[in-house]
Amino acid sequence: MDLWGWFEERLRYRAAETFLEKKAVPVHRFSFTYYTGGITLFFFLLQVFTGLLLLMYYRPTSDAAYESVRLIVSKVQFGWLIRSIHAWSANLMVAAVIVHLAVTFFSRSYRRPRELTWVSGALLLALTLAFAFTGYLLPWNTLAYFATQVGTEIAGDVPVIGRALLVLFRGGEDITAATLSRFFGIHVAILPALATLLLGLHLVLVQIHGMSRPISVRADRSEPFYPHFVLRDFIVWVFLLGGVAALSTFAPWPLGEKADPLAPAPAGLRPEWYFLFMFQTLRMLPARILGLEGEQVGVVLFVVLGLILVFVPFLDRWAPRGRSHPLVTVIGVAVVLFVAVMTVLALRGGM
Amino acid sequence: MDADHRLDPAPRVRRRTFLDYAFTAGLAALAGAVFYPVVYYLIPPKSKEITHESIVAAKTADLAPNSGKIVPFGGKPAIVLRTPDGELRAFTAVCTHLACTVQYRQDFQHIWCACHDGHYDLHGQVLAGPPPRPLAEYKVTVKGDDVIISRG
Repeated sequence: MDLWGWFEERLRYRAAETFLEKKAVPVHRFSFTYYTGGITLFFFLLQVFTGLLLLMYYRPTSDAAYESVRLIVSKVQFGWLIRSIHAWSANLMVAAVIVHLAVTFFSRSYRRPRELTWVSGALLLALTLAFAFTGYLLPWNTLAYFATQVGTEIAGDVPVIGRALLVLFRGGEDITAATLSRFFGIHVAILPALATLLLGLHLVLVQIHGMSRPISVRADRSEPFYPHFVLRDFIVWVFLLGGVAALSTFAPWPLGEKADPLAPAPAGLRPEWYFLFMFQTLRMLPARILGLEGEQVGVVLFVVLGLILVFVPFLDRWAPRGRSHPLVTVIGVAVVLFVAVMTVLALRGGM
Repeated sequence: MDADHRLDPAPRVRRRTFLDYAFTAGLAALAGAVFYPVVYYLIPPKSKEITHESIVAAKTADLAPNSGKIVPFGGKPAIVLRTPDGELRAFTAVCTHLACTVQYRQDFQHIWCACHDGHYDLHGQVLAGPPPRPLAEYKVTVKGDDVIISRG
């Protein structure tokens, strides 16, 4: 028996080949939205790859973390590039996830039978933010130290279990070397394991159901996934790689000063852009709402909104029947506007 | 002559073939651009290790006859010992077999490597076991109370 026959008998790869040959992608005026998932995947893979490289030199202790990152960006050949790509790509990945979520929402692609694809995607958004939050602390610089201080303090505002959550996140009452160890473990082991599982499910579901055709699109034109769509996807990836490399070269991510737990917090401290709207909302809430602490009300509100986001496919009663109800669009636009306005207010340092 | 040329045109590279080559070359260039920095990244940066030519390894009073001491010397362990006869000697403590750190065995009265039962005499020569070569010897000088070992 020939070699390919031997492998075919064991791996059954011809089934995958047949699947790939038959797979088609709908063609219509919203087809560009199909690239958003691939773009997110690209940034994720880039994060995995550069993250593994950073692990070669990074040391996760409060004494050595900052120095090891400084070694990477100053002494290791191309270390500045790898580290900057990791930081830039992290931000771009968050942006890509948000765009992917938005186009999926507005095209109602979550409707039957893709509800679980949406749910796994919403959970992947949570994982992405957790990746960003834990990774931010790892260089152990002043900004990261205080951002983590504030961020975990907000977790302490969750009613009843807040205090326990705070201690669980920090590995104690305060941000210490224990917090760094914990965040490191979460960032490089727990989250990657969860992300691999969820992303695997997400991608399998996409293969099972194929690309969703928006409700308003009546035409059923399509093109082969391979090679037409794959090659164009690949070109997008090449441009993204070039873009990230250029950003990292011309605007390298700063390292900042080493964190000093006894130093006063620097002025103008604010979280990364994707957390700004929450930060701004919590700041603008009155100190007391209906006899409750304002911050607590805000945190509960965001937890509820997060849950609503996860269950969107089950709340939109119209989409499964092929109707794009304007109410859903209005709510979506309102959320986008709210997040945008709050972010702008926070950036302008407004009240 | 002219007629021959017309009958036998030069072989042309077809458009499709050209594009295939261009695409492959583009892929190769991309792979090169990605892996060049990665390979260089993986090469560890040169650390400024200060290699002293000599160090103060011990105080004379610390080394009783028939005893030894392991000290760091240029980033690697060295063994300085006093023979039962009272003579001071120093060797590299890296076993020539598989680079374990050797020790002075007072009961054997010679140097011994625990990993694979290698025995060296008090001149670093192999007595028994797997080590293929003797231990390199260092020069020992005594200056006041200090036992100084040096390469040489």
